[in-house]
Amino acid sequence: MSEWTIEVDRGACLGTGMCTSIAPGHFRLEGGTSTPVKADVDPDDAIVDAAESCPMEAILVRSADGTVLAPQL
Amino acid sequence: MQVITGQWGFAMQARPYPFPEPDDLDVHETYLELQRDEPVARVRLPYGREAWLATRYADAKIVLADPRFSRAPVMDADYDPPRTMPEVPGITTILSMDPPEHTRLRRILAKAFTARRTGQLRERAQRIVDDLLDAVQEQGPPADLVDGLAMPVAITLISEMLGVPAPDRAKFREWSDAAVAITAFTVPEIEAAAASLRAYIRELVEDKRKHPADDMLTVLVHAHDNDDRLTEEELVSFGVTLLIAGHETTGSEIGNFVHQLLTHPDRLAELRADPSLVPAAVEELLRITKLSGAPGFPRIATADVELSGVTIRAGEAVFVDGLVANRDPAVFPNPHELDFHRPHNPHFAFGHGVHHCIGAPLARMELQVSISTLLNRFPHLELADDVVFKKGRLVRGPERLLVRW
Repeated sequence: MSEWTIEVDRGACLGTGMCTSIAPGHFRLEGGTSTPVKADVDPDDAIVDAAESCPMEAILVRSADGTVLAPQL
Repeated sequence: MQVITGQWGFAMQARPYPFPEPDDLDVHETYLELQRDEPVARVRLPYGREAWLATRYADAKIVLADPRFSRAPVMDADYDPPRTMPEVPGITTILSMDPPEHTRLRRILAKAFTARRTGQLRERAQRIVDDLLDAVQEQGPPADLVDGLAMPVAITLISEMLGVPAPDRAKFREWSDAAVAITAFTVPEIEAAAASLRAYIRELVEDKRKHPADDMLTVLVHAHDNDDRLTEEELVSFGVTLLIAGHETTGSEIGNFVHQLLTHPDRLAELRADPSLVPAAVEELLRITKLSGAPGFPRIATADVELSGVTIRAGEAVFVDGLVANRDPAVFPNPHELDFHRPHNPHFAFGHGVHHCIGAPLARMELQVSISTLLNRFPHLELADDVVFKKGRLVRGPERLLVRW
């Protein structure tokens, strides 16, 4: 199974709690902004849901070969 | 009355809730007393089971974002949810859905409301505000900024985004005003207005099917007809929710903010002297303005959860009001002071968690453009009459805002 990577732009993040609620296993709020629990993860649709729902488009999800899976601009 | 034993062993009686609405936009003092002395209190609404009211920021954050709290049971008549209306609502909206159902709907339109997309609408918003203020200036003082600026800005923008034709906008304003009522209208009037709004959106959806356009209703129709991502009823509910939430809130807040600034001359002078403070001023006004006039949407615990030392049992309902949490001195020093220089302002004016307002970036942009343009155009703006705030509705705002310059 190919691995995904999660990045959160903490400068853009507003800490709305959207991603931590949609994918609680993958994001946590730290000091008011979101951070991935782990940067390298197994594929999980909830991660893409979280990235696509972020009002700041602050979450970047990539596949193992670097392709951006979310957000789709 | 149900009496339960509190954590210190004495009997706690449920307080009647919601508390009486103040005449102005202040937070009712009972909220502040509870926040200090009894942060998780028993409350009883006009209908339904008893509930908890959590008033501190840290607890509000848990209730709003922790997946152990659910919205869905509020639709279940057997659960007998705490509520202000006699009937349990029969129509599900996105506000009463949990993930993953909630995510399925939200994702369809999340893109339309991102900060990037709404930034692209700023020029259009500026044009709308400029045109409205031209008319206000031409009409001369005293002018009503509720009808002259606040409501038309919000209505025009959300209508254009949704695809509501201009000639229809006057009629939905009346329905919407009644549909967000709690006590301002009779129950049959509120229900009739809600039904009219649904019928109207249903008609509009049919029209978009025949004549697709570059708007959000067409996106929703496409998501239903082509991708099967939402049901016809969800489509209609989503349209109604966006139409109401997209203008009642922002329209009221524009009027509220202008009122706040005109009654805080020092802050107004500060803002005039340094217009780069407008974004920070909008955040601070969002934090401090008690927009909500209703108890809000209760969350139901799906497991035992501890809040400020009180155990919320699985199945119990909890109310939080972000605008009360916004006055928590643990997070906001001097919480009742309007301060445009707060280094950190993580307010809950748009909520928190999955139901965080989808239109927040749009609202921020509309508020910034409206306030900065108004101050720029009218260097000597002042109130021309006493201001009366609407009561008995989900959101509060001035009935009229007469100004001169």
